[in-house]
Amino acid sequence: MSYDNWEVVIGLEVHCQLQTKTKIFSGAATAYGAAPNTQADPVTLGFPGVLPVLNHDALQMAVKFGLAVDATVAERSVFARKHYFYPDLPKGYQISQYELPIVACGHLDIELADGSIKRIGITRAHMEEDAGKSVHDAYAGQSGIDLNRAGTPLLEIVSEPDIRSSAEAVSYLKKLHQLVVYLGICDGNMQEGSFRCDCNVSVRPRGQKEFGTRTETKNVNSFRYVEKAIEYEIGRQIDVIEAGGKIVQETRLFNPDTGETRSMRSKENANDYRYFPDPDLLPVVVSADDVARIRATMPELPEAKRNRFVEQYGLPKYDATVLTGEAALADYYEAVVKTSGGDAKTCANWVITDLLGALNKLGKEIGESPVSAPMLAGLVARIADKTISGKIAKDVFEAMLAGEGDADAIIKAKGLVQITDESAIIKAIEDVMAKNPGQLAEYRSGKDKLFGFFVGQAMKATQGKANPDALNRLLKKKLAP
Amino acid sequence: MHTLSIKQLGEALRARKFSSRELTQHYLKRIEAFDPQLNSYITVTADLALAAADAADARLARGEGGPLTGIPLGQKDIFCTTGVRTSCASRMLDKFVSPYDATIVKKLQAEAGMPMLGKLNMDEFAMGSSNETSWYGPVKNPWDVTRVPGGSSGGSVAAVAAGLAPVATATDTGGSIRQPAALTNLTGIKPTYGRVSRFGMIAFASSLDQAGVVARSAEDAAQVLQAMSGFDPLDSTSLDRPVDDLVAPLGRSIQGLRVGLPKEYFAEGLDAGVRACIDGAIAELKKLGATFTEVSLPNSPLSVPTYYVVAPAEASSNLARFDGVRYGHRAEGVTALEDLYSRSRAEGFGPEVQRRIMIGTYVLSHGYYDAYYLQAQKVRRLIYDDFRRVFEQVDVILGPTATDVAFKLGSKTDDPVSMYLNDIYTIAANLAGIPAMSLPCGFKDGLPVGLQLMGNFFDEAKLLNVAHQYQQVTGWHQQSPKGFE
Amino acid sequence: MSLSPEQIRQVAKLARLELNPSLTDAYAGQISNILELVGQLSAAKTEGVGPMAHPLDMTQRLRPDEVSQPDQREAFQAIAPAVQDGLYLVPKVIE
Repeated sequence: MSYDNWEVVIGLEVHCQLQTKTKIFSGAATAYGAAPNTQADPVTLGFPGVLPVLNHDALQMAVKFGLAVDATVAERSVFARKHYFYPDLPKGYQISQYELPIVACGHLDIELADGSIKRIGITRAHMEEDAGKSVHDAYAGQSGIDLNRAGTPLLEIVSEPDIRSSAEAVSYLKKLHQLVVYLGICDGNMQEGSFRCDCNVSVRPRGQKEFGTRTETKNVNSFRYVEKAIEYEIGRQIDVIEAGGKIVQETRLFNPDTGETRSMRSKENANDYRYFPDPDLLPVVVSADDVARIRATMPELPEAKRNRFVEQYGLPKYDATVLTGEAALADYYEAVVKTSGGDAKTCANWVITDLLGALNKLGKEIGESPVSAPMLAGLVARIADKTISGKIAKDVFEAMLAGEGDADAIIKAKGLVQITDESAIIKAIEDVMAKNPGQLAEYRSGKDKLFGFFVGQAMKATQGKANPDALNRLLKKKLAP
Repeated sequence: MHTLSIKQLGEALRARKFSSRELTQHYLKRIEAFDPQLNSYITVTADLALAAADAADARLARGEGGPLTGIPLGQKDIFCTTGVRTSCASRMLDKFVSPYDATIVKKLQAEAGMPMLGKLNMDEFAMGSSNETSWYGPVKNPWDVTRVPGGSSGGSVAAVAAGLAPVATATDTGGSIRQPAALTNLTGIKPTYGRVSRFGMIAFASSLDQAGVVARSAEDAAQVLQAMSGFDPLDSTSLDRPVDDLVAPLGRSIQGLRVGLPKEYFAEGLDAGVRACIDGAIAELKKLGATFTEVSLPNSPLSVPTYYVVAPAEASSNLARFDGVRYGHRAEGVTALEDLYSRSRAEGFGPEVQRRIMIGTYVLSHGYYDAYYLQAQKVRRLIYDDFRRVFEQVDVILGPTATDVAFKLGSKTDDPVSMYLNDIYTIAANLAGIPAMSLPCGFKDGLPVGLQLMGNFFDEAKLLNVAHQYQQVTGWHQQSPKGFE
Repeated sequence: MSLSPEQIRQVAKLARLELNPSLTDAYAGQISNILELVGQLSAAKTEGVGPMAHPLDMTQRLRPDEVSQPDQREAFQAIAPAVQDGLYLVPKVIE
């Protein structure tokens, strides 16, 4: 379908679970996957008389995020109550921030397909509590309510309506996801709902200034679904308008099985949330000193790290981007460079090509790699000091992956030490020459291409252990007529 | 035994003149004998009380325990008590047995060693000024059982006034300690907001609710309030500052005390008989060396309207959790979720509670928030500023607690507005968060009249000192209702 | 400010209170009277006055991020109207 006459306007609201040990307002655990309601204490359950007290770490994490997106961190922010009745909301209200959020006016730069940079505004980010979960199908005519998730701290990150396509939306989300994981404030696990997205989508005729009526598609929990949900909404809205209809402002739900969105019946009634400041909580004050203290604990952010990798290690931008994709990977790489004393680019090649390739095959994260950074560094060091050749190193790496020990142990056990003793190499060369008089004659009569043949034969004679530089040099000398 | 002061009871227990078990049994017997007339207890916890009394006796025998150890008390049924029904006088919580203790329950029972006689009646969710909104029926005033004891802490005052508990806890959102204390000849104090933990106290209006005590003298009240007060990490609004000694300064002279008489509290609407009692008290305090000046709290006439926006708004929100899902009343035979909510809540809450939930819902709803809620919060600041200004000139503010003596049961139940105007003198202290108390200062037609003292933030000790000095030279607080000897 | 029975019905719906139809008019009258009382607020001069949400000029205290609440599901669900397999049961939720 062609959307040439239409402009798409997208704003995203991301709910990011903060990686605290306990709930935002009580000391119940937040671990994922516990038996139903075993992490629901009286505060979580909304029992009478119990009171909320704010989690120190949740606040620190929210401030960290604000600093990372270059936003204003409010010196004074206020928790409000948002009222609605729903079984997964135990108190009949959600504690959230409304008029005075902790973070406002930030931005995130994304890279578009053509390589240009686009700045997406972040209107605000506020702290709030997550709701529980309903289990629908197990009981006839009834739903079961599990409140373990209720009260888990969330940071809701609201973008400006600056996004103009599903591709930009995905790019923004990926960047945001990388950032919160980098900051250590969210585990980023989208299947478990740690990072989920509401998509506000509208369309307007190109050139029109006013926004069209938007719909909000709730809780889309993968990058691919976000793309699909947005694409579906764009198509649906254009179809409705082109057929003479009107878009209804509503909440919709994405069905991953069909790739479609549908109106949510439960949200049919216009809500009147009756926000007011929560009288059980006092204004949250973050002083300039607090901000400075938190700023000092900020990790290096992805962009800064990438630029440093280019500058400090002389890496191509592509390599630097891959290596800084995850903080753990970047740390791994830097450990390899430092410990091995090897060439930075060689280290990058090993990490990007060999290590990531292997992990990908194994379906493992960098943190679960069977080859640790010191192990890979050990291997690179043996290449650098010419103990083994690059080619042999590949075999050593495979052996390390298989759990056969570190590089030195494998080299020793398998007798892979490179032959640098020139007399041994010369002997191998002489044997090859003696066995192949025809080729020798052809080479000497000018068929230079046969040089490779002799290298191969000589290497084979040394089980690949001959130092390649020495072999080349000596072979040239010996073959010379 | 039931005529002894807290101090005397403590001394007698420590001297082993009688045991805590004997004392507790004495009160349990009195409850059995007299409470059918008053309906002051919702739940009597005889077995638990005796077990606690035995534990207190063991502590006392070891020479341990403090000044309150072994002295029984009644708990307003708004405080959560593990293993005992905590109803808040509502059908909604008729079957609610709390899995946890309120902080003040821990402090008074587990730490101070006071056995709990039972849970005291009150207006449903503390919403009322006459104790007629209780699901368990109205409480009667021991001074005249055809009259109300005041509310919402009606059970607390009726029990203490009739000698069915030496002392009782209470809560005050707009006057719920002071007005009933005034109507039953008791001394009741609402401390500074945040002084006593709200953890485990079922919320009515969170920014106004404050727990306190009703007792037969300022000295009794001081000792119990001392044990209840203090910082609680479980309550974000708890004051994180040391609690003054409330008992030691009771004996101080009040020579030179500067007392402010707010002209708005002596204007039209105050009964002449009540006024005469207040004037008598002023004369007594002058003899003790206090000086009086007229002051003005110009915004005080707006305190009732302000309160009836702020309190219902917070209440409508606080009571949203009662939905029949995790605890509390659940309507039977419901098959749709919306019906579960609306029927459980309609059945579980009485009319006054529903009225206030509706007012609160309305004033917070879209389009009305600014005109009602936000405006009320601004006027609240004006009321607060009035007090700040006056406390630059005076040490305490004195006035009536209620416009009149106890009224007849049923006389105001159909007219919420006239009921609400009962709290005209007490509400401002809650809006400002300052400490305030009521103490007996005479009788009109045989019914008690209360005198109100309001102090600056954290000045509980000063209020109790003034009250105690007054009680050293007057005998009003020693009068007891007839028929409960 | 007076409320019509229709407005009372809307407010009751928002507050999830089933209204007894025979009481709607009485509620409308009583609540209208109360709103008339609180209507006095509109006359107050509050330009430039900051709203006061709380009597205390204090700021929010923070709790260390440490687990302090063990699992007590059994005790908490002993007072629940309807539970099965550790879940609270409600009439089917339609999304």
